[in-house]
Amino acid sequence: MVVADPTGVVVQRNDAAQALLPAARPGARLADAVPRWLSAAHRSIRLPGPRAANEAADESGVPLSGVIAERRFEAHPSVRDDGTVAWWLVDDTDRQLAREALHMERERTAFLAKASSILLSSLNLGRCMDVTAQMAAENLADAALAIAPVRGRRLPVVTCLRGGAPSASQEAVDPDEVPGLGEALRGFPPVPSRWIDPSTAPEWMIPEGFGPIGAIVITPLPGHGVPAGALVLLRKEGSGAFTEQEEIFARLFAARSGAAMSAARLHAEQTEITEVLMRELLPPALHQISGVDFAGSYRPSADHERVGGDFYDVHPATVEGEPSLVTLGDVCGKGLEAAVLTGKIRNTLHALLPLADDHQRMLSLLNTALLSSHHTRFATLVLASAVREGNEVLVRLTSAGHPTPVIIRANGTVEAADTHGTLVGALPDVRSSTATVTLAPGESCVLYTDGITEARGGPLGDSQFGEERLKRALAGCVGMPAEGIVEHVQMLASQWLAGRRHDDMAVVAISAPRTHHLSAVNGHTRGRYTA
Amino acid sequence: MSTSTPPRLPDGAHLPELAERVWSAVADGDEYSATEIVLHALDRGIDPESVLLDVIAAVQGRVGEEWAANRITVAQEHAATSINERAVVALALHPAARTAPSRGRITVACVDGEWHALPARLVAEVLKLRGWQVDYLGAQVPAPHLIAHLHTTKADAVALSSSIATRLPTAHAAITACQAVGVPVLVGGAAFGPDGQYARLLGAQAWAPDARGAADRLAEGPLPRPRADHQQMDDLPHLADQEYTMVARNSAGLVRAVFGALADEFPAMRAYDDMQRERTAEDLAHIVEFLATALYLDDEALFSWFITWTARILTARGVPAQSLPPALNLLARELRDFPRAVRILQRGVDALTTDHSTANGTPA
Repeated sequence: MVVADPTGVVVQRNDAAQALLPAARPGARLADAVPRWLSAAHRSIRLPGPRAANEAADESGVPLSGVIAERRFEAHPSVRDDGTVAWWLVDDTDRQLAREALHMERERTAFLAKASSILLSSLNLGRCMDVTAQMAAENLADAALAIAPVRGRRLPVVTCLRGGAPSASQEAVDPDEVPGLGEALRGFPPVPSRWIDPSTAPEWMIPEGFGPIGAIVITPLPGHGVPAGALVLLRKEGSGAFTEQEEIFARLFAARSGAAMSAARLHAEQTEITEVLMRELLPPALHQISGVDFAGSYRPSADHERVGGDFYDVHPATVEGEPSLVTLGDVCGKGLEAAVLTGKIRNTLHALLPLADDHQRMLSLLNTALLSSHHTRFATLVLASAVREGNEVLVRLTSAGHPTPVIIRANGTVEAADTHGTLVGALPDVRSSTATVTLAPGESCVLYTDGITEARGGPLGDSQFGEERLKRALAGCVGMPAEGIVEHVQMLASQWLAGRRHDDMAVVAISAPRTHHLSAVNGHTRGRYTA
Repeated sequence: MSTSTPPRLPDGAHLPELAERVWSAVADGDEYSATEIVLHALDRGIDPESVLLDVIAAVQGRVGEEWAANRITVAQEHAATSINERAVVALALHPAARTAPSRGRITVACVDGEWHALPARLVAEVLKLRGWQVDYLGAQVPAPHLIAHLHTTKADAVALSSSIATRLPTAHAAITACQAVGVPVLVGGAAFGPDGQYARLLGAQAWAPDARGAADRLAEGPLPRPRADHQQMDDLPHLADQEYTMVARNSAGLVRAVFGALADEFPAMRAYDDMQRERTAEDLAHIVEFLATALYLDDEALFSWFITWTARILTARGVPAQSLPPALNLLARELRDFPRAVRILQRGVDALTTDHSTANGTPA
């Protein structure tokens, strides 16, 4: 406590003040004996009286404070009746430090939480690297590089300057040439962050226009069993080196981005595996073959799936002029397991292609193959051999326990093909009858699975789409291109469902093209087999 | 190959005439002629982007108009559209349309349940012509597929198309999902309103009125990064009243109830055959779907617009539209505990009674 009169002369002090402010002896001028912030405060509040003293402290809402002998003090004035002011000095240093530490801790926690939520939401390696580089550049350094383990011979690098946008590049460099980088990228054994001499940093590591470097630290990104990469932090000359605190903090951040980057890598690897395995199971893209239009459309029962228990294929004839073979079928069950079985059936049918002109024989052999396999599932399918004859298309259709194919005639009538048969994979023998139909230009034959006709829904929500409704819809499809027909059927079925659960749905259309421009090429000749 | 590259004709030359020729081929169901006209135009050096947008898109616009005016059926509309799509595919394969990617990567997709793929297809092709690497996912892309795609590719942005307003709740879910994985979204298509008001409401990063607008916007610079902590409910606080959820979940029940009651009020309905009954039920289902969408967006005007448009379509098809107000009233009776729904339906009835005097053209 120091007491001073209105003219700024020290009147009295206690022992503590004597120790703290040895110059402030009674009789000394306050301006000479105490730091300027205190003497200035004294001058501004000594008049006109007690009220003013309180106001001075209240002006900013916080007590006066300042540094004395390298410690921070709060100064609380109390004005006495004689006009002298007693200054009570309270050491505030530790509280201030604690407050600053708390503030910094809060900021860091908020930053880590934000980093976690952004990194968690993406399973894309490139995007995780972008986020890592950018957040590090904004919060930990003047520039940052996120480096992923070498792929092929290239080192994937994302560079970001503070305030800039992340930019990706592939560097053809050997990470072992940079001290600490090779080890960090290997992921095992664990290595600590490593300082490197800025002058040894390779050129690719320094972002364009960065200027002289003050400090570089390489931090490994821990990947939990998979190497995730490394984070390089750069600071400009003069912006201070990294403190131990900052390094610890950088490691906390690195742990999060390492987890995200390794998850993204695992996801990418799994996706690649799925892609490769799935490729054979996906429905093929159909198009025109030897003058016959083919189109197919597939909708698996679940939105997140791409395959299911329905399948179709079109196998072009090996000899020009021979029919192409269309297969469309439905394996009992849905989902991935059913899809695997469709793959087997498709392979078997593919192997039986040399017998494609004998549908009955193909079905018998397929039946035997299915019965002898360990799968207990059965299947229904349609075989269709389609060949262009003049400007018409001749189709032989055989159904094995499958919904009957439908023919759309040019005059708007819709007829069911006259083919019947038993399903395959259940009984020792399969019986079937084959129908032969001729499609005039613009006419189509539509094969579909029961997922379409058994779609349950409609405006009242409780009826099946059904064959009658399908035929009515197809009657309106006269003259439509094959793609248009399959799209239209899928759209109607899907609208009928209005988001309800459904089975796999597949539609294939075989169309005789409307032959305007082909008339030059024998277009008007009637086919040999046409009655 | 046979001749040297002809000079590019100035944009706009012959385009309306070309569109007219493609239209008559399309109306005739003649895909070969339609494709041939398009390819020939490219051979003559007409700018592929103009052929896409001023010829094929123009023809497609006319297809929609003809359908609305009941001059062609839904199936014919579909046929015309698939011919147009084939023309686009043929154009994309033409040497004149070959462009090496020189910009970033964009994913183009239609919202789930959106079958009108052509607008998105046009956007995809225009972006390719302008040097973007484009992943075109096609019509009705379920959100899980879209997100899985975004995880495996590093798209700079998603361009999402929707033409029907009732797909907007689904579109919103897709927009939020894309943003959650850190990819900004540009939306387009008639569903988002003539000036894109629903794009803003649903928090899309950008909106474009057409394919050119989309390409121009993306060329301007990267779309703003989505906010990390954004949730669907943040855009639409009114969803807290659950009215949308209840109506959307129970739509078939509502249609059944109104359908039954309507037969009592409208004796003529008893003489309907199965087809007519199904049509009526379908119309009711549409009304409920639009009501749900209006609740989702909290937009009474959307429903009024839809109901007056329906009245005109019905009239154009020779179906008396006087059953609409009673249907709306019956629906309001079913939903009497839902104040927002009742208000929207009341506005619809008001719009129907005033529309007879103020009918001015067909809303697009």
